[in-house]
Amino acid sequence: MSRAEVLVGLVGADATLQSRELPDGVPPSWRESSTLAVVGKPTQRIDGSDKVTGRARYTPDIKRPGLLHGKILGSPHPHARVHGVNISDAEAQPGVKAVVVLPHLLGGAKLESEKARGKLVPVVRYLGQPIAAVAAETPEQAKAALARIKVDFEVLPHVVDPDEALKPNAPLVFSGPVSMSGSAGGGGAKGGIPQKGNLRGPKRGAPRGKDAAQMEQAVAAALRSGQTVVRGTYRTQVQTHSALETHGLTAEWAGDELTVWASTQGIFSVRDELAEYLEIPTSKVRVITDFCGGGFGAKFGAGNYGVLAALLAKKAAAPVRVCLDRREEHLAVGNRPASEQNIALVSGKDGKLAAIELRGWGAGGAGAGAGFAGPANNVYGHCPAIYTEEFDVFTHTGPLAAFRAPGHPQGAFALEQAMDELAEKLGIDPLELRERNDPHPGRRLERQKAAELFGWSRRTLAGQLPPEGALGHIRRGLGMAQGCWYYFWSDDSHAEVRIHRDGTAEVLAGVQDIGTGVRTPLAQVVAEELGIPLASVKVSIGDTRLPVGPGSGGSVTTGSITPPARDAAYQARLSLCKEVAPLVGAKDLAPGPGGKLVGTAAGKPIELSLKQAAAKLRKEQVSGTARRKPDYDAAATNGRAWGQTGGVQLAEVTVDTLTGIIRVERIVAAHDCGRPLNPLLVESQIHGGIIQGISYALFEERRLDRRTGRMLNANLEQYKIAGALDVPRIDIALLEDLHGRTSTDARGIGEPATVPTAAAVANAVYNAIGVRLRELPLTPARVLAALAAPATGTAPR
Amino acid sequence: MSTHGHDSHHATTTSSGTFTRPLIELRLRVNGIDTVCVVHPMARLLDVLRESLHLSGTKEGCGEGECGACAVLLNGELVCSCLVPALQAMGTEVTTIEGVAPSLATLDRVQQAFVDCGGAQCGICTPGMILAAKALLTRCPQPTEAEIREGLAGNLCRCTGYTKIFSSVLRACQADGATTEGGER
Repeated sequence: MSRAEVLVGLVGADATLQSRELPDGVPPSWRESSTLAVVGKPTQRIDGSDKVTGRARYTPDIKRPGLLHGKILGSPHPHARVHGVNISDAEAQPGVKAVVVLPHLLGGAKLESEKARGKLVPVVRYLGQPIAAVAAETPEQAKAALARIKVDFEVLPHVVDPDEALKPNAPLVFSGPVSMSGSAGGGGAKGGIPQKGNLRGPKRGAPRGKDAAQMEQAVAAALRSGQTVVRGTYRTQVQTHSALETHGLTAEWAGDELTVWASTQGIFSVRDELAEYLEIPTSKVRVITDFCGGGFGAKFGAGNYGVLAALLAKKAAAPVRVCLDRREEHLAVGNRPASEQNIALVSGKDGKLAAIELRGWGAGGAGAGAGFAGPANNVYGHCPAIYTEEFDVFTHTGPLAAFRAPGHPQGAFALEQAMDELAEKLGIDPLELRERNDPHPGRRLERQKAAELFGWSRRTLAGQLPPEGALGHIRRGLGMAQGCWYYFWSDDSHAEVRIHRDGTAEVLAGVQDIGTGVRTPLAQVVAEELGIPLASVKVSIGDTRLPVGPGSGGSVTTGSITPPARDAAYQARLSLCKEVAPLVGAKDLAPGPGGKLVGTAAGKPIELSLKQAAAKLRKEQVSGTARRKPDYDAAATNGRAWGQTGGVQLAEVTVDTLTGIIRVERIVAAHDCGRPLNPLLVESQIHGGIIQGISYALFEERRLDRRTGRMLNANLEQYKIAGALDVPRIDIALLEDLHGRTSTDARGIGEPATVPTAAAVANAVYNAIGVRLRELPLTPARVLAALAAPATGTAPR
Repeated sequence: MSTHGHDSHHATTTSSGTFTRPLIELRLRVNGIDTVCVVHPMARLLDVLRESLHLSGTKEGCGEGECGACAVLLNGELVCSCLVPALQAMGTEVTTIEGVAPSLATLDRVQQAFVDCGGAQCGICTPGMILAAKALLTRCPQPTEAEIREGLAGNLCRCTGYTKIFSSVLRACQADGATTEGGER
């Protein structure tokens, strides 16, 4: 341990030098990025040319000699009991090499009583639930053979609509109490919560460190206090992840060793789940992910398709690829759950929040933990009384999975619209209302910067801007919303850096690129530390034979893996000094600024570049390893001991009052993510988060047929995601928010970027038409219905 | 003239598995190389490219012509290769993403612009996006941003937010036909 001066705060605003206790073995803290050579500069992806030439190998591209194609038999019924599965006819079909029955189901909530392993899938709880699989020489043969698997189903009554599921005598999804394990992407639901019918809960919540029962009473008292109250009921739909690359995995056995190529956000989670499921040693499973075509939270663990691929490959004694089709992707591998949220805000006339109450349910199909209370408990955490109650409603549909900031876009949609409504009621500008209730230093600066960029002063009260269009039928509106995410990291993150004799370097880390581009910041921090060009750093990731890295969920990746990468580079420099010192006669040779090695030889100062020093090595390489250190000096707070990432977005929309069509014309987004290591990639993440948020706000919705339980739009045509014509102008203000906690000070941005978007759009729509839409998506039909109906505090259905 | 290698593992059964049709000898020109492969007449061009010809740069996103990830140029026209039966590709000239760069060490101006501007994020839509951009720039060499949006409207992207894709295509127009060196690690 040693004390050092580190820069803490918002660069260009309140950043100051503070004294911090630094652990041993870490390099000196960087100052603001403008003083650095590579880090903090917009930098092209180092793997860009692989992606633009088709050279980048994704999971479905992996070819192995004798590769077989696997297809999965999913249940055609949303609710059934399986009394037997006969595969003998399927096994005899042309080209078929193996047929297997799924031993037990992964994913979704589990009955406490059902946790015993090794039995056949007894109950089907959603249409598309995997039952068995075939491997054949061609995909067509495999598909044809699926029809020959005979399943003895006892079809049971089902319910797919949450409102129906809440009625007495609704078919039960689970016959007893359940729990659900989370993934590295978040989620999960602990046991021990009451459950009645299809309703599980409540999960009672309050801000960190507060007692829920006391908060409940405080909220009740505030609601009776005669202060200003706004109430509303908000509904959000089911959104599917719809990564353009579906889930998939190729499995190949060599003796008792299994190698898989997986489309995943967590290579080690795939490894561990396969080892556990197949009851083989972890050391016998290797997982490789060179490139992944998007995950958004749904791609953790081996998955049922992965287990089936491994079992088929074992039985067929040949490599087997199982990649889902688009329909399976919509049905069986996760979604953002629906919600109904009843929110009440209590405020004094001065706009100081006195209480926030949020009660409601989330519906994550046959999965639990569909909550949304994150924003309510955290964004305005200084509010003296906050109480939340979340329930799960079970239906016979595919279970939820973590989806980019789980619960937060839903929660923000209700909370931030309620704030907008409160601002209007009190006659306070919406930005000013946030100012009075939210002292988060990042968001404070973000509101200011975003307002300037956007021209917030143009905003009027709802419906006051002059109508546009030949018929005066276009209304324009401006709105804002804000969100939060959290500073999570995995300290089980390791890296090795090797310096070669020619002055080039390698960084090895068992992390995976899900599209965000983690290879590039890894190369940047190593190049910065070693003082060598970016092109001299080779990055190896995506293989469980590399040092253990974090799963890419919860926006942990950059903040977890870049500090050990830099620390390992520093350790490698120390090794280099030790090796080279006797060779140059400078006993005191040590790392200096700019990657240089400095010391004294024969009484004179000497300075060697990394390349000069490496050339003197009498061995092939020196290397350094490091594990992610705990954050420095936990006791030093700077007012933000508990790391919360901010994010403020301002939206400008037009609404065609004749057709009901909403167009988002502009979004201004102001965000913080610690030290932005590569603003080009950070901007891309923010763009992506915004467009997913707009897509969620306006278009996406899983539609189900109540009678059959089928998804009516299990494709990318009727399940519409935003396209090129739907993109607004996007302007970004990016803060450099230094915390002095790690050697890179990086934090993730993937999730915060999508939290406030739908709420900001909804507030802008209200500002345009003067009617509040409380149910997502904001379709033309809902706009027209809202314009035709008198305003109420409930969601128009 | 060289010929791509091929394997002939393709199905002789239809998806119903009830009757068979003879395989065909499919002749087409792929990325400037005359190619022969033995496939089912109704095999998707996408599978012919990916499985028989080992050109896996062409991606499958939906298999129904909705997302554009499998876009290739067929006689210069942008098509979804998941919707083109093999027989329909007989005698045609096909350009895939592997055939866009002028050489292994050089990128096409559109590819280079995607690298420079961050037009590729996860990269799964990128091959189709680049071919759509190539098709657009062939018929409209100096598109406005509105024309770029229109030209890419058939290609979905789930992660970039499109903005940097538009700026990539604009940058490619500014590059004025010249190919640029680089893009190597």
